[in-house]
Amino acid sequence: MAATSAGPSTVSVTMPKLGESVVEGTVVRWLKKEGEEVAKYEPLAEVVTDKVNSEIPSPTEGTVARLVVGEGETVAVGVEIAQIAVGGGTQVSQEEEQPAAATAATAPTAATPTHEPEQVEADSNGDLKRRSSPLVRRLAREHNVDLEEVQGTGTGGRVRKEDILAFIDSRGAAGAAVAAPAADEEALPLTPMRKAIAEHMVRSLATSPHTWTYVEVDVSGLTRWRRTERDAFRQREGIDLTYVPFVCKALTETLREHPILNSTWRDGQVVLKKRINLGVAVALEDNLVVPVIKDADRLTVAGLAHVLHELVERARAGQLRPDDVQGGTFTLNNTGALGSLLSKPIINQPQAAIATMEAIQKRVVVVEGPEGDAIAIRPMMNVCISFDHRVCDGLQVGRFMQALKRRLEGMREGGSLY
Amino acid sequence: MPTMALVEAVRAGLHDEMARDARVLVMGEDVANKGGVFGATKGLLEEFGEGRVIDMPLAESNIVGTAIGAAVNGMRPVAEIQFADFIFPAMDQIVSEAARIRYRSNGAFGCPLTIRAPFGGGVHGALYHSQSVEAFFAHVPGLKVVVPSTPADTKGLLTAAIRDPDPVLFFEHKAAYRSIKGEVPEGEHVVPLGKAHVARSGKHLTLVTYGLSVHHSLKAAETVAHDGIETEVLDLRTLRPLDKETVLESVKRTNKVLIVHEDNVTGGIGAELAAIVGQEAFEYLDGPITRLCGPDVPAWPFAASLEQAVLVTPEKIAESIRTLAAY
Repeated sequence: MAATSAGPSTVSVTMPKLGESVVEGTVVRWLKKEGEEVAKYEPLAEVVTDKVNSEIPSPTEGTVARLVVGEGETVAVGVEIAQIAVGGGTQVSQEEEQPAAATAATAPTAATPTHEPEQVEADSNGDLKRRSSPLVRRLAREHNVDLEEVQGTGTGGRVRKEDILAFIDSRGAAGAAVAAPAADEEALPLTPMRKAIAEHMVRSLATSPHTWTYVEVDVSGLTRWRRTERDAFRQREGIDLTYVPFVCKALTETLREHPILNSTWRDGQVVLKKRINLGVAVALEDNLVVPVIKDADRLTVAGLAHVLHELVERARAGQLRPDDVQGGTFTLNNTGALGSLLSKPIINQPQAAIATMEAIQKRVVVVEGPEGDAIAIRPMMNVCISFDHRVCDGLQVGRFMQALKRRLEGMREGGSLY
Repeated sequence: MPTMALVEAVRAGLHDEMARDARVLVMGEDVANKGGVFGATKGLLEEFGEGRVIDMPLAESNIVGTAIGAAVNGMRPVAEIQFADFIFPAMDQIVSEAARIRYRSNGAFGCPLTIRAPFGGGVHGALYHSQSVEAFFAHVPGLKVVVPSTPADTKGLLTAAIRDPDPVLFFEHKAAYRSIKGEVPEGEHVVPLGKAHVARSGKHLTLVTYGLSVHHSLKAAETVAHDGIETEVLDLRTLRPLDKETVLESVKRTNKVLIVHEDNVTGGIGAELAAIVGQEAFEYLDGPITRLCGPDVPAWPFAASLEQAVLVTPEKIAESIRTLAAY
């Protein structure tokens, strides 16, 4: 039976939950314009969170009816960002309408693999904390207010006009007005990623009492090993064999031995993580991302090399999936690639520690041989670590670093990459 | 200024315009000898004679049709439909003829006709003496629809309606006829059509209403004012054309809107207001556009308890205000 409808039905596209602790996302760029047709799963928008850049696929085939949020606008997870019109004419048969409705129902799942249905349920059952009125959204935009920071007193904890106006008032002139640059200054436009990194760094330093130390590692064996394997590895595996997977391997083994640094400080207690998910920082021109090697301790050096290669490629192409950057338990940063000899990294919250591998440099060192001390020229690499002093003390970290040093110095030709 | 009941203000308005302009006629059932079932035309026959105050047969289509003929021929007829419930036999004359004459004649003819009708419930009138019919006519281009709430406005708006060059429907709430009293300016008093009135100023929400509901709303606003909720009450006065500028200006200031009318909810004036606010003040809204209207029941009940149940009362309005203010 044909049913007359006032227009095509629309499917709502919401801001997906792009990670466990992610509560909001910024639409960086719309890839479709209003009125443009879109295929199912075709990328609709580029979205950035404080963890990842991601593309949002269209949940359905149709026409972009409305782009609800503007580029650069940040909205809470679950907030509608676009509407897709499904079906065209005014004569819609019952049979046709059904699949469209079904698409609407399943759409969020398709668009957001990590979506938690319970949360949506709670929202629609009266928890209005995350629901903002058009007025409040506009005021937040105009005054650069993060609604998460505003205490709501409306129905279900909703942020009302009165709440956001009071917040803007209390914040005073300092927050409301961004100081204009002087004549001899130039303010750079703030990218969402720059803002996210800035906020994360400040938050991390404010959260964890950072303590720092480093060890010098003689990588004579490791450099020889890599040199002998490198060409064959490239022939065989099609990718370059860098030092990073070796350090990853040594790190994961050491973390198994000293699990205290594979942990997090949560609600006043140290929580050990049973899985070792190693984040590896990747520097991009205008961005810094930390893709995560899940269960890194289960991989061989060759396996690590492959996973790393893939993650770095995806990071450079801006195609990391939300899952790629989630769940890290420890982070390694190859600052040596930038020529650094020592760095004091900032912890990637909520982890307990972050290590850096520094540039390998031939240095004159004193070595102990069977015939006594001697001066030798050795390739040396510093490994630095910043750790959360709430989680443990220098004693544990000292032992950890010594164990890591032993492992790295023990790596030599004849070892197994597999 | 003399104080009058609303129905007396109707009479005063008719009287003054008849005295001022010889083209003004009054025609309808029982308007002459009886002076109208509510007394709205009492004394007019004696003063202006049977040539200008005319009793008509019980046939609404005929009353309006005859009045249209008089209007097109240069008179200023004021037709009375005894109860708005009985206006439907004249629907065709009003919608298909009166409303279109200006367009149809390419501006050569107007139809300066006023149709008065008492409407509304709450007087134990049951099915055929309680209906609200304004939304049917507010839908029609070419018509103007007026619902006064105070005696002064009644005289001023009725004067403007009679002088308007096009057909105007003038609906008077029968429960307001004697219950609503107020001062009415003597002599010339014109309230322009299409201009809403801010009946009470406030900053927390805008309540848009008309007719008798204005008084219920003002009572409710007074009640919630004790809790610190400041309600702005807008009296629309004219439903077509709608004074959307005043509504939007107020909503953009208070950021919340409650629409109240006795007419049933679906397709009522509130629906039109909601659409206008939703489209033109979207970014100013801090709460859902809310309607408190009569329920969608097919007819007004006779039993007093049931009549109270469907009526929009000050208590129900106060509750709606509180809910929306707290949102």
